Amino acid sequence: MDWIELFISAGFWAATLRIAAPLIFGTIGELICERAGVLNLGIEGIMTMGAMAGWMWVYEGGSLWGAVFFAAAVGGIFGLLHAILTVHLGLSQHVSGIGITLLASSLSYFLFRMFLPNSTTPPKIVPFQPLEIPYLSELPFLGEAFFSHTALTYLALAIIPIAIYLLYRTPIGLATRMAGENPVALEAQGINVLMIRTGAVVVGSAVMAIGGAYITISAFDAFFFGMINGRGWICIALVIFASWKPGRALFGALLFAGLDAFQVRAQQLAGGDIPYQFFLMLPYLLSIGAMIIISKRMQYPQALLVPFRRGDRI
Amino acid sequence: MANLRISNVTKKFGSLTANDNVSLQVSEGEVVALLGENGAGKTTLMNILFGHYVADEGDIEIDGIKLPPGSTDAAIRAGLGMVHQHFTLAENMSVLDNIMLGTESLWSLKSTVSRSRRKLESLADEYNLHVDADAGISDLSVGERQRVEILKVLYRGARILILDEPTAVLTPAETDQLLANLKMMVAKGMSIIFISHKLHEVMAISDRVTVLRHGAMVGEIETRNADKAILAEMMVGRKVTRPKAEVLEPGSDVLRLDNICVRGNDKKTDVLRDISLNIRENEIVAIAGVAGNGQRELAEVLNGLRPWHKGTFKFGGEVVSKGDARAFLRMGFGRIPEDRHHTGTVGEMRVWENLLSEKLRQSPFWKFRTLIDFSAHRKKAAELIEQFDIRCNSMETPARLLSGGNMQKLILARTLTADPKFILANQPVRGLDEGAIAFVHEQLLAARTKGAGILLISEDLDEVFSIADRVAVIYHGRISQLLDIRKTNLQQIGAMMGGDMKAVA
Amino acid sequence: MQIEPRENISPWRVIVAPVAAIIVAFVLCAFLIAWTGEPIIESYGYLFKGAFGSRFALSETLNRATPLIFTGLAAAVAFRAKFWNIGAEGQLYFGALAATILGTGAITLPPVLMIPFLFIAGALAGGLALLGPVFLKTTLKVDEVVTTLLLNFVILLFVNYLLEGPLKDPMSLGWPQAASIVDEGVLPELMARTRLHIGFLVALAASILIWALMRYTIWGYEIRAVGANPNAARFSGISINRTVFLVAMLSGGLAGMAGITETAGTKGYLTLDLSPGFGYSGIAVAMLANLNPLGVVISAIFLAGIYVGADSMSRAVNIPTYIADVLVALSVLSVLVSLLFVQFRVRWR
Repeated sequence: MDWIELFISAGFWAATLRIAAPLIFGTIGELICERAGVLNLGIEGIMTMGAMAGWMWVYEGGSLWGAVFFAAAVGGIFGLLHAILTVHLGLSQHVSGIGITLLASSLSYFLFRMFLPNSTTPPKIVPFQPLEIPYLSELPFLGEAFFSHTALTYLALAIIPIAIYLLYRTPIGLATRMAGENPVALEAQGINVLMIRTGAVVVGSAVMAIGGAYITISAFDAFFFGMINGRGWICIALVIFASWKPGRALFGALLFAGLDAFQVRAQQLAGGDIPYQFFLMLPYLLSIGAMIIISKRMQYPQALLVPFRRGDRI
Repeated sequence: MANLRISNVTKKFGSLTANDNVSLQVSEGEVVALLGENGAGKTTLMNILFGHYVADEGDIEIDGIKLPPGSTDAAIRAGLGMVHQHFTLAENMSVLDNIMLGTESLWSLKSTVSRSRRKLESLADEYNLHVDADAGISDLSVGERQRVEILKVLYRGARILILDEPTAVLTPAETDQLLANLKMMVAKGMSIIFISHKLHEVMAISDRVTVLRHGAMVGEIETRNADKAILAEMMVGRKVTRPKAEVLEPGSDVLRLDNICVRGNDKKTDVLRDISLNIRENEIVAIAGVAGNGQRELAEVLNGLRPWHKGTFKFGGEVVSKGDARAFLRMGFGRIPEDRHHTGTVGEMRVWENLLSEKLRQSPFWKFRTLIDFSAHRKKAAELIEQFDIRCNSMETPARLLSGGNMQKLILARTLTADPKFILANQPVRGLDEGAIAFVHEQLLAARTKGAGILLISEDLDEVFSIADRVAVIYHGRISQLLDIRKTNLQQIGAMMGGDMKAVA
Repeated sequence: MQIEPRENISPWRVIVAPVAAIIVAFVLCAFLIAWTGEPIIESYGYLFKGAFGSRFALSETLNRATPLIFTGLAAAVAFRAKFWNIGAEGQLYFGALAATILGTGAITLPPVLMIPFLFIAGALAGGLALLGPVFLKTTLKVDEVVTTLLLNFVILLFVNYLLEGPLKDPMSLGWPQAASIVDEGVLPELMARTRLHIGFLVALAASILIWALMRYTIWGYEIRAVGANPNAARFSGISINRTVFLVAMLSGGLAGMAGITETAGTKGYLTLDLSPGFGYSGIAVAMLANLNPLGVVISAIFLAGIYVGADSMSRAVNIPTYIADVLVALSVLSVLVSLLFVQFRVRWR
């Protein structure tokens, strides 16, 4: 395969969408938390837990969509814990987030091992199958690239316009954004800042967890250790790259996924000249690069990382 | 439109009585001023009105109907609207966003953006308060931001408007505009409560004045029967005397800036242009001006925290080539920062650690050039605490637990103990009560007598006229010429603050 | 609920609160153990015996604590200045790399010189690994949480490449591992017939030195000031960039030294699984110790005990070893909450 052929192969674009989907969930989830003013470093753990919980639900006989809801619920619970610690008790968002990542990952590995003690090869489930959309999925190139994905992938794409509408056109989205910019203003309107922030963190964590579940019940069909492999942290970088805007988050996730998909194929093309490890490094180096690029023009939500105490400044 | 009656409200916080049997009344079309020093209980009373606190005794009626306590919603629905002194606006969001916030049910998923925009525009037309609904707050001037705050309140159907120190941040021109707008609102039947500690404004706007002191009502007087002296005495309870400067002959230049130009944070445009001033021994030079005209950047230059790219900076006759906080301290700069929490003290660290933070690398406070000499630090700290009457449980108390006045004393102690030749005092009495203000001014005057040259950056013209020798006005990054304080007056300085830099009589 | 800062923080509260918190963590974990069906008290019994119950167990625990003390100190120093160095894992491997490149035959010195040489090399390498992130932070304000973290993955892949390529030990029968550290560089054992080596003593010394640095020196003051209020620190003449740089070099250096103890002490050569997450665990160690350098020793031993004990426990009863990670995570979170009660008074309205 030639280098040009790489980009016009439908398989490449299909892979890009598949790789982007969990990143979109994770990035949007984190974006919601940060827009409300709370950094959620628990994303890596919550995605791991989502992956395990979703998979386990199907393994134990549940439906795929049931698994999605279950994963979201579990993610939401960890989000609630993070919210209680940081929003209500005002503890360090960095420390709590890292603690949650530790707890959620270790708990998911522990429970997985507890339920499935003797698996040298990870057991499999039947994941989401690609939805064959009549007419569209039979189109040449476009059909394979864009219209033969699983329902969960389409959900990932749908989340973006939903998030944009909710955040920018509804009162609750306005309140959420205000919680991250000037919570005192929110309080002055009689809106409970703590509740808004808690809600945002719970919802955001639920969305993140769906991203984790995507990997085990849509992209692949098994759960194994180290599954998330830093994707949660990459989402944190992507949120910054997206300047906290959902539209840009989609762009960032697709760009990153495209580069990741490229890296896999480029390995094959480069043959043995460049060791494969350097290709695997690309996603991480590129994330760092993205953060450097955006650093000049960053506009943080102004109340990010600042805990709010009722009656703080009246 | 509405009548507000506050009756016998009392509120205690532990042993502190913030409001003691206070009563207040405003009818439609009336402007009542609520006057009092910092800590007199004005803010507490307003917080009770708004449901942020619940009064221990007393009640509040609007149009004869009792207001349920503790509910901000009820207060807003009853027609109360408050414009705070510190605006609660989100910089990164638009005017419309800021105004719309909280006006719709959070559970509604419908978009009402266009409807809200139309409502805002008709309000703006009715009251002649024009702003661009889609403008970002960060692009607006202070006067425009205040307009947004007022619109916020009108948008919610306020009939009783409460303004907390509204002119603190406005230029005289903007103040006139505001007063004109308020007159228009009053003519339409709006009731207004105007909270202030600025006597001349209270005299200019209100129909009646209620004075609070230490939580209790001292009295109520028709404005036409009052004058500044009467009000001041009611406010403070004694003849107000702030320390006055004795006449001294100034010495040679301590600090001199010639044509200094400073770039702003965008590194492209100049935020300070052609700044020339000199401060001599034994004198206090004041820079008056409304906040946001370049004072912050000027202070940063003199603190050694911001570079300049043109002009000369001379200290004691020697040219200073670049700004370096540590070097400046060594040369004999004393600095009192604008914000004692944000910049002035490390809250988590103890009082003694904060007192000597500028002397770490000097003997006798260090050993072998790396270790802290604890006993030397503590000994000196004890002296300073005594000398400056810093009230704290012990020197080991974390600095953040000190009251505002004591924190300022800490900063003064730290600055003055080094016997600096030059002192930059940036809003040194902001947020302090009269007793603390008198103390700070005494200390500054004492330093002046000892030979220091002091640059005072201040928004408080009373302060400027009581302790400064010379004054200049800063406006849009430029400084007027320096005027002898005895040869100018409040009106002239006020005009210059509003941009009329040629108003030199 | 109202939270007010306490004026006087009593010393007994500082000790009792974390201990109570850890007990809470054990209680919560007991529920998990019950879920597996195994007997709770007996299981915990195996845990403690496996950690401290015999001479050998103790040596294993202290050995495991050694790198944890280093990475714990690395996190404690960094976090004190609010420099969120999550990259200790990568810095550890960089230190191990230095030991491998310099200590497998390239340079030979008598042990009394070789061992300090290796430690210094490891420290320098660890600091080097942090140069990029600290430079990005001070010049471009790029958040260090993400850069240090992602760099971990990059460094591990780099080590992977080296171990399969240039650094591969020709005598290792195909396993990706590097050549052994020369005899002069191997850390002498501390307790006969165990894996415990003098690295433990070096770790103890390091913790005392760091504690003295933070408490008694001007640098320590500046580090604390920068972490507590960077604006005020800058105002009083402290150079933020210089302080952050110092902190980064210290932090990276300490993590790098953990790489040395593992390569030249415990394992003898560099492999890809040299560290089962010591860098990340160091963060937990620091948090449990509330960033106190001396406390780090205690919490490192505690964490090491849990991991070593859980290994042993999993051989006796049917509980996955991950219980150790769960226990640690619960401890971190509950100690975090308990510190709230130490510093603040909570009033229920």
